[in-house]
Amino acid sequence: MNSDSGQTPGRVLVKGNEAVAYGAVDAGLQCYFGYPITPQNEIPEMLSTLLPEHGGSFVQAESEVGAVNMLLGAGACGVPAMVSSSSCGISLMQEGISYMAGSHIPGVIVNMSRGGPGLGDIGPSQGDYFQAVKGGGHGDHRNLVLAPATAQECYDFMFKAFTLAFVYRNPVMILGDAVVAQLKEPVRRVPPAGTNTPEYLQSLVRDQRIEGYGARGKAAAPRLLKSVYLAEGALAGRNRLLQSKYAEMRKEVLFERENVDDADLIVIAFGSMGRTARSAIHRLRKAGRNIGLFRPLTLYPFPEAALQKLAPGRRFLVVEQNIGQMVEDVRLAVNGVCPVYWHGVMPGLFVGADELVDPILRALE
Amino acid sequence: MSKYQDVIMAGFGGQGVMLIGNLLAQAGMEQGINVTFIPVYGAEMRGGTANCTVVLDSLPIGSPLVHEPLSTIVLNEPSLAKFQPRLRKDGVQVVNTSLIAEHLVDAAIRTVRIPANGMAHELGNAKLANMVALGAWLRATEALPLKAVRDALRRVVSAHYAGLIPVNAAALDAGYNFA
Repeated sequence: MNSDSGQTPGRVLVKGNEAVAYGAVDAGLQCYFGYPITPQNEIPEMLSTLLPEHGGSFVQAESEVGAVNMLLGAGACGVPAMVSSSSCGISLMQEGISYMAGSHIPGVIVNMSRGGPGLGDIGPSQGDYFQAVKGGGHGDHRNLVLAPATAQECYDFMFKAFTLAFVYRNPVMILGDAVVAQLKEPVRRVPPAGTNTPEYLQSLVRDQRIEGYGARGKAAAPRLLKSVYLAEGALAGRNRLLQSKYAEMRKEVLFERENVDDADLIVIAFGSMGRTARSAIHRLRKAGRNIGLFRPLTLYPFPEAALQKLAPGRRFLVVEQNIGQMVEDVRLAVNGVCPVYWHGVMPGLFVGADELVDPILRALE
Repeated sequence: MSKYQDVIMAGFGGQGVMLIGNLLAQAGMEQGINVTFIPVYGAEMRGGTANCTVVLDSLPIGSPLVHEPLSTIVLNEPSLAKFQPRLRKDGVQVVNTSLIAEHLVDAAIRTVRIPANGMAHELGNAKLANMVALGAWLRATEALPLKAVRDALRRVVSAHYAGLIPVNAAALDAGYNFA
């Protein structure tokens, strides 16, 4: 697409997928690995030319398993790298993601999810919430998870993702869906205020250079990046270390709230369902209903403290495009303090705001 | 005050609904308003059915998807069957009468009937039916100035096809001026 955008310099009309590619390159991406799958194909398509132009390397892997292990290798060398895929492809990557988490290896994984389970369809779905926030791979591990709702957030969150990956040396996942991947809207291709430049990322890479880097010879301690700890008590120590890191990650929580202060009912929705819900809420507020919107931007860490604070005297309604996943985390967060209702949109459907109006009204009754 | 408009554009794969959707969204962005464009198509391409939704708003756009649109551009009969029942009562549809039988059109709905394929053929290129229909839609909704859409052609049509921009602009004009 021609980037000469006429009367609005700096704004380009791009898909969420294309915004991910621009954001990754502008944030300092050096290596991309991937294997094609709808609805995220514009990401590798664009990066196959954009990334080499910026001095990086693009590799179409032989499979998703190959791609995630290349990500592990690049991360182990302290290189800002990413993979992207969709649902079933992300399932194939889970072994590598668990190994990266166990070995303290940074990397960014973009999941523009599709309908499931199994091969599902290429329509929108939020059915990968559990997989993204509860680990997904085996063992006790956590990904940092960001959920964009707009093409602009697809761009902006790439900066955040690479920074978090190297600060915590942990896998970071962007969880989108077919709506945010495929919709086009104007994006300002400017690094978001307060976020970091590729130079800052490089300084993080230097400071955090992984324990595998270093001297040879018998005198030097072995410098291994590994997730295997067989000696008695060694794995317990490793898991305690991971646990303390995950506790520290909780301060990275991000969310958006709109009209919550006077609200009787707060709708909680993430990603593209968050923006669809916003349209329905605006319509109902015009009709005099006191309804607010709460949109988690990070799914892990989950904004439970903010929800606890809002709970007394209110009702919550979780709207999500799956058969009930985030609602469990909301119920855990409020721990019975307020009623938590749920409305599920089935995976694969393209749903407009008009179809959320009645479910929201029902939660008010 | 919000100036809001939405449109679902639908036809066979290959009729160019994605191109006019992109064009409208690009023109809206260049006019400084908020826009979203979202395509919906099956695994099949040419010959299958395809549709896209464009939303234009002076306020930030929530949902990029619309179940009951304010307007539609329907280029073939399967698209009329799908979207005519969903059109809002105060909405308007642009119907391609070259490919859609008159008796299928709901008389209660405000409808712009335009022989888009026939007019495109007269302009010398049957592939211009999409632009003819978009021109008629711009006249019916006054959502954006015709000139803004004509100007945006340069950003949406790839350099390889730049030679076709004048005839596309002429097709927009023809649709707009069809009364």
